[in-house]
Amino acid sequence: MTESLLEVKNLVVHHGQLKAIDDVSFGLNVGEVLAMIGANGAGKSTLLRTIAGLHRQTSGSVFFEGVDISIVAPHRRVSMGVSLVPEGRRLFSSMTLQENLQVGAFHAKKGPFNIDRIYELFDWMPSRRRQRVWQLSGGEQQAVAIGRALVANPRLLLLDELSLGLAPIIIERIYALIPEIIAQGVSILVVEQDVSQGLAVADRVHCLLEGKTSLTGVPADFTPEQVERAYFGAGLAATTSREGES
Amino acid sequence: MSESLLNPSASGSTISVRRSTHSPLITLVGASVVVVVLTIAPWIFPAQFASTLMNFFILVIMATMWNLLAGYAGMVSIGQQAFVGLGAYATLYFALKGMNPFLTIPFAALVCAVLAVPVTYLLFRLRGGYFAIATWVVADTVMLIIGTIAFLGGGTGRLMPGLQSLTPAQTAHYSYLATWIVAFIVVVGTYLLLRSRVGLVLASIRDDEVAARSAGAHVRSARRLVFVIAAAGCGAAGAVLAISQPFVQPTSVFSLQWAAEMLFVSMIGGLGTIEGPIVGSIIFFALQQTLQQQGAWYLIIFGTVAVLVALWQPRGIWGAIRDRFHTELLPVGHWVSEGPAKE
Amino acid sequence: MVWLNVLVQGVLIGGFYALFACGLSLMFGVLKVINLAHGDMAVVAGYVAVFLTPHLGLPEVWSFLIVVPIFTLAGYVLQRTLIQKSIDRDPFTTLLVTFGLSVVIENLLLEIYSANGQTVNIGDLIAKSWHPASIIYVSYVSLGVLGVAVLVLFLLQLFLSKTGTGRLIRAVADDREAAQLSGANYRHIFGVAASLAFATVALAGIAYGMMTQFAPTSGGVNLLFAFEAVVIGGIGSLWGTLVGGIALGIAQQFGAHINVQYQVLAGNVLFLAVLAIRPQGLFGRKTALA
Repeated sequence: MTESLLEVKNLVVHHGQLKAIDDVSFGLNVGEVLAMIGANGAGKSTLLRTIAGLHRQTSGSVFFEGVDISIVAPHRRVSMGVSLVPEGRRLFSSMTLQENLQVGAFHAKKGPFNIDRIYELFDWMPSRRRQRVWQLSGGEQQAVAIGRALVANPRLLLLDELSLGLAPIIIERIYALIPEIIAQGVSILVVEQDVSQGLAVADRVHCLLEGKTSLTGVPADFTPEQVERAYFGAGLAATTSREGES
Repeated sequence: MSESLLNPSASGSTISVRRSTHSPLITLVGASVVVVVLTIAPWIFPAQFASTLMNFFILVIMATMWNLLAGYAGMVSIGQQAFVGLGAYATLYFALKGMNPFLTIPFAALVCAVLAVPVTYLLFRLRGGYFAIATWVVADTVMLIIGTIAFLGGGTGRLMPGLQSLTPAQTAHYSYLATWIVAFIVVVGTYLLLRSRVGLVLASIRDDEVAARSAGAHVRSARRLVFVIAAAGCGAAGAVLAISQPFVQPTSVFSLQWAAEMLFVSMIGGLGTIEGPIVGSIIFFALQQTLQQQGAWYLIIFGTVAVLVALWQPRGIWGAIRDRFHTELLPVGHWVSEGPAKE
Repeated sequence: MVWLNVLVQGVLIGGFYALFACGLSLMFGVLKVINLAHGDMAVVAGYVAVFLTPHLGLPEVWSFLIVVPIFTLAGYVLQRTLIQKSIDRDPFTTLLVTFGLSVVIENLLLEIYSANGQTVNIGDLIAKSWHPASIIYVSYVSLGVLGVAVLVLFLLQLFLSKTGTGRLIRAVADDREAAQLSGANYRHIFGVAASLAFATVALAGIAYGMMTQFAPTSGGVNLLFAFEAVVIGGIGSLWGTLVGGIALGIAQQFGAHINVQYQVLAGNVLFLAVLAIRPQGLFGRKTALA
């Protein structure tokens, strides 16, 4: 179980003048769930978007299944097996639930997931498949976004801020799916602002602070104080109230 | 100013913000000579050259106004011929009512400015390309309405009255001077406008429209002001055009060709610089004079060059020169530099 | 009865406007590009029909069999090169570039073919019409163009909603980045959308040449009408474009009935009124509004 799936090496990413990711390295093995935690503005979303190909890195590289994908276009990365569920869900608003899944399935790899399989995973979907997605609730939209990414049969699923704007019970229900997804041979890199949620699902945790790695390892090994310091910065927890992320 | 911001080498030392003022001093002497020569041009140059120079000034006026709209306020208009035509017809109207045509020029500009205000309330509902085509619809509409007015000659046009008492040479000299004065006012006025607070607001629109829009309502009023000024400027250009032709005809004064020329000239010369439209106009006239036996080829070549410039050298010729030599004859920005602040 | 005829003529010409406008609408909906050379491209299609098809031994009526494929290909190529390059800069540049193209095309046509009017020769079909009542004349050509317009809109709608590629086009129009995350190469999809738009432009240009004379300068006027149809109908709605085209056609015919001078003016006035009262158009979403 230690076959490497994703390898990020010395990644540096800029947002205009701002250095959003500063020399970050980590790996993800097949079958693993890695949680990327950190405060608002720590660079988590940027990191995920760079792995998906939406941002170009300034330096460093991203390897997927041993192949350097640093300059591969985002849509090519999807067909290689990297799917991102973006922050804010980003569904196709003029389309129905089913059409959203169909778009996701259009360039799909071979694999365990198809639209019917998604409908089994979310049993409320079939009866509402002809509804426009803007008529769905936030939690339902999030489910559609996950389904849209899964039908492409990714080897690596990138989840960006799943819990944003959702009720705790809905968040719990969505996170309950993760073991089922892992069982299908998908590995997951999840970005969470909600630390407890991230620690609960993850095999390993990687904490970012102002674009730099501040902590990495297995959740059980950390004391809450360690996590807090990695999250907010040493002793500056009160003063580093940061401005909003990109 | 953005070049300096992109190279924040000033870390640790004091940073001052000031306007670049050393280069205009040299400019002032040169400019005075140019102004004097251009003022006496019809008396020292052949009539043909003075007449070309007059057409050049008309283009400079229009291009400067278009550059103010697009290069500084981000509004792409392909309907400025609406105000060129309106200015021409306003002059014709006042002249028909017995005014001296030369004295009507400021009133023609005023008429255009006043009419531009309600137009902004309509057009500002659209953005980008929709705004652009809508300006064209407005121009088309104005032309069609003017074409129905029999007093102004309807669709066939009418001769500008009030010039017949002058000798041809007098007419040529006076219209040259009028055009030159309007061009001078327009260029200097634009320069002063851009150095004012309005210029700062415009710079913020150009840098980041969303941010500027949320920053306050004066963005909208700055754009409105620019649109109205551009209308007045194009109206004045239309007025001098009407006097110089002097037969005023809807299809000619409302021609889309004016929009094409002002756009190409600004793009090639350099959008967002005062000098750009002037440089562009010089190139345009050089090309037109060289190729005048070849029909519309000058426009084809010029248009192709404009497209290439937009794609590969969006700052235009003057922008490229400025980037290379860091010179500005008429600086409107602020320079950020190391050293004690003067303000 | 006179007014009924005015209405009928308005609907007929409206069909043509819709055919002309749907490419413009598609380009804006998907690429967010206003192609200011749209009208001139149609005129080029007319010239290709008139000057190329006779060399191939084909009657001009069937010229669309040649011109539409050429334009479909040209649309893709032009998109992947010039237009994509300008999109990569900013929306501002797309306007400058397409306007520049428009002027260059118009003047090139003037230099090559002179300002003389041309028509797509369809033999004596041009003069034939259906005559259902005393003073109502329905020209077969106009009726045919209306039919083609409805068919084209129907097929476009079908393609966009029922095929995988069509759905990708809509996905890219909705959210370009999210579409990329679903594996869509948006540049290719842009190219496909431009192909479709150019195919409709070719049809519109040939239809125009069958209905009336065209000249190098015809492009601008037709771009205005197409644009007015799109805004009146509502930006981003294909069937809205048909309604917008018909509304524009009726307004123009009513204007012309009062005084020929008022034909175009009446259309412009309707456009400006819609802009003032209901800027999102009859069926539109508020996408192009400031």
